[in-house]
Amino acid sequence: MGKKLSCDPYNLIIAGVGGQGNVLASRVVGDMMIHQGYKVTIGETFGASQRGGSVMSHLRISARGGFSPQMPKGKAHMVVALEPMEAIRVLATYGNPKVKALCNTRPIQSVGVICGDQIYPEKKHIIQWIESLCANAGFFDTTKQALDLGDSIFGNIMALGALAATGDLPMPLNIFKTVISKKVVPAKIATNLKAFGIGMELIKDKK
Amino acid sequence: MLEAKKDFEALLMGNDAIARGALEAGVNVVTGYPGTPSSEIVEQLAKVAEESNLYVEWSVNEKVALEVAAAGSYARLKSMCVMKQVGVNVAADSLLHIAEYGTRGGLVLVSCEDPGALSSTNEGDSRPYAKMMEFPLLEPGDFQEAKDMAKWAFELSEDIRNIVMLRSVTRLSHASGNVIMGELPKDRPKAAFEFSSIPMDQMKGPILAFPTLVDPLRRRQLEKLSKAEKIFEGSPFNKYTGPAKPELLIITSSVCKLYVQEALDILGLWERVGLLKLGTTWPLPSKLLEQHLGICEKIFIVEEGTPFLEDNIKALAAEKAKQVGIKTFFGRKDGTLPPVNELNPDLLIKGINFILGESYQFVSDEYKAKALEIIAAGAPVRELTFCPGCPHRASFWLINSALKLDNRAGFLCGDIGCYSLGAGPCGFSTIKILQAMGSGMGMASGFGKLDKFGMTQPIMAVCGDSTFFHAVIPALVNAVHNRSDMILVVLDNSGTAMTGFQPHPGSPSGAIGTRLPVLDIEKLCNSLNVRVEMGDPFDLKGTRETMLDLLEDGGNPRVLILKQPCALSPIKKGQKMYEMAIDANLCLADLCGCNKLCTRVFKCPGLIWDTQKEKVRIDEVLCTGCGVCADICPAKAIKA
Ligand code: SF4
Ligand code: SF4
Repeated sequence: MGKKLSCDPYNLIIAGVGGQGNVLASRVVGDMMIHQGYKVTIGETFGASQRGGSVMSHLRISARGGFSPQMPKGKAHMVVALEPMEAIRVLATYGNPKVKALCNTRPIQSVGVICGDQIYPEKKHIIQWIESLCANAGFFDTTKQALDLGDSIFGNIMALGALAATGDLPMPLNIFKTVISKKVVPAKIATNLKAFGIGMELIKDKK
Repeated sequence: MLEAKKDFEALLMGNDAIARGALEAGVNVVTGYPGTPSSEIVEQLAKVAEESNLYVEWSVNEKVALEVAAAGSYARLKSMCVMKQVGVNVAADSLLHIAEYGTRGGLVLVSCEDPGALSSTNEGDSRPYAKMMEFPLLEPGDFQEAKDMAKWAFELSEDIRNIVMLRSVTRLSHASGNVIMGELPKDRPKAAFEFSSIPMDQMKGPILAFPTLVDPLRRRQLEKLSKAEKIFEGSPFNKYTGPAKPELLIITSSVCKLYVQEALDILGLWERVGLLKLGTTWPLPSKLLEQHLGICEKIFIVEEGTPFLEDNIKALAAEKAKQVGIKTFFGRKDGTLPPVNELNPDLLIKGINFILGESYQFVSDEYKAKALEIIAAGAPVRELTFCPGCPHRASFWLINSALKLDNRAGFLCGDIGCYSLGAGPCGFSTIKILQAMGSGMGMASGFGKLDKFGMTQPIMAVCGDSTFFHAVIPALVNAVHNRSDMILVVLDNSGTAMTGFQPHPGSPSGAIGTRLPVLDIEKLCNSLNVRVEMGDPFDLKGTRETMLDLLEDGGNPRVLILKQPCALSPIKKGQKMYEMAIDANLCLADLCGCNKLCTRVFKCPGLIWDTQKEKVRIDEVLCTGCGVCADICPAKAIKA
């Protein structure tokens, strides 16, 4: 097994909206942990992911295992949000004064907002709210770089790079490589590695 | 992943673990009907069908799926049938008879249920079927058990020679955890159905449910059940953890085990509370329960769905009152746990503390209050909607406007699929009755006969293509034969879209991908000698005319088939039919009088209302180029 975890179980939530590659991201983290000998439980809510709903994965990483796929309320150590409004939603239920967050600030508008029925809150407010619910929050916008790589979906892998850079979980690049190589077609491996690398830099800028 | 070597440890989804367990058992025949959260089991096995020598089929409905699997068993093959909770109701008639007779090759029924109705229209609990129809029931409590018990279910079935039900729930089926693989078998059995002996010879006689045979068959069935109970008494899937004399005994099964464990961890109560986790929940291992009921006065029963364990354990405790003493029970019935909806570790923490008179708070009230305030201000709920370019949006637009134009308070009966959203704002609240698979057609058949009592409202029903085959055909036949006055609209989007495009009898290929004959819905309907019209929901003008004409043409059942593949369908390959553009000069917003019809009512997510410019805009990424919005805009500001 890799090094001892900072907390056992380490409770990670990856949140986003259907179509953002949330499920792949959580499986990659899970596989990376199992690869290093940890026990993992992932609980996913993706019933409505095809039709634009919120998607959330609960990851429970531990040396001993046996944890619930539904995380107890208030128990998250880290929230990785691929969409800012989803960060708020998750923090409100699973956050606590010590939680950390990594958040992509590019919004995905809900139908209500698109049609002008609801108003999407301003970015500065969202950042303020998230900060007020966290001990430590890092913000970035991966969308542009992801589009440069050919698809906005790479934002999910960049967020994992950012998570790796925090050092809270053992996520070395070589293990990412082993795991991602089994998940995507060979032609896409290099791009995913690049995305992970960009993600690692994202957080350094902010420090 | 399903083919990984023995001892390999991997992250498996509960459904994958069940599929792997079936492979380790040497399953040969796999059938099912798609439904969340069960579909992945059949899908995964279909992927390895070739290498593993399996026959895998998506059957027309759950009853037929079970019959096809039973045929496998009667031909001495190991067979598995997979469905979601509601499917068991569809299969129930055959299930009763199969359980009464027994099986030859191992036969396992997997029911994946959905406490909390995360993606269902109900909280159906199929466990009572095991008691009612007298066959064994297994409930895995984690991912490793999902695999191990799926494998064991086949052994048990062959041991007692009867069907065995394996019950999973969404939080297991769709969650993932570590699983260590076992051995995969290599033998290739030969199928044959024997009928040379007398009917009561279970392995070699004909399989007949004659009235005169019911008595001996039922006796034999009960023997199987008591054999199962004896096996369960010593099963490693039933396990007690805790002190010899606890203050409280918790009895649970399924993924609830993980919730209880977590609650006891958090509260640090393992010294005071005992946990009896049952993997075999029917028949109950009565000796094991008697032994544990004896160790403590307070019993807390933790389960999702109906109070199945609670009622049965209470009955057992009453029977053994002399040996175990008088107990105080806690559970869903006395309000220690909420009577409905799924459970989670927090509800368990609350329940346990209530019984023991303890308290616990992790996050301060202050933090919670702040969070509530922020969520109210900053995170409105994402309402569900049809995908951009979904044909259903256009279909409901058409039906809704036709019924309004017709102006006789006509209404639409719906059923289960993506198009259930037709009852919500994205479907213009067109569906007024929404219950079970195919029930819209059956009810329309009924409403269409009420003219005798003065009912004058036009009646319409919708169903999807997969549902048409699953449950609508008999209801349509009923309407035709009884000359019911109604219109069936088939929303044919070429696949079972909601659950991930599983094929159905109208598809050119099956679960494994082999080419199969296509059943044509239009021809089937034409054979009933009723008026059948075809339409394209994207052709608003033409289809509206057809629909209004059908509404005029009352007195008999009529069918309208609206054909257009789902926006996400692999057939469409993400190609746009039209490049959409906005003529900003024509989009006048409030000045136009349309009152933003495109984004206020039609609401395709491909259309954005630009609040600054007060004009509509096309989202290039989301728009699939279906062209429908061009016909919605009365000012012709949207161009295809
Ligand atoms: S053409 Fe119009 S209705 Fe069709 S997907 Fe694009 S925005 Fe939506
Ligand atoms: S998956 Fe297909 S049928 Fe379902 S909402 Fe999306 S486009 Fe419509």
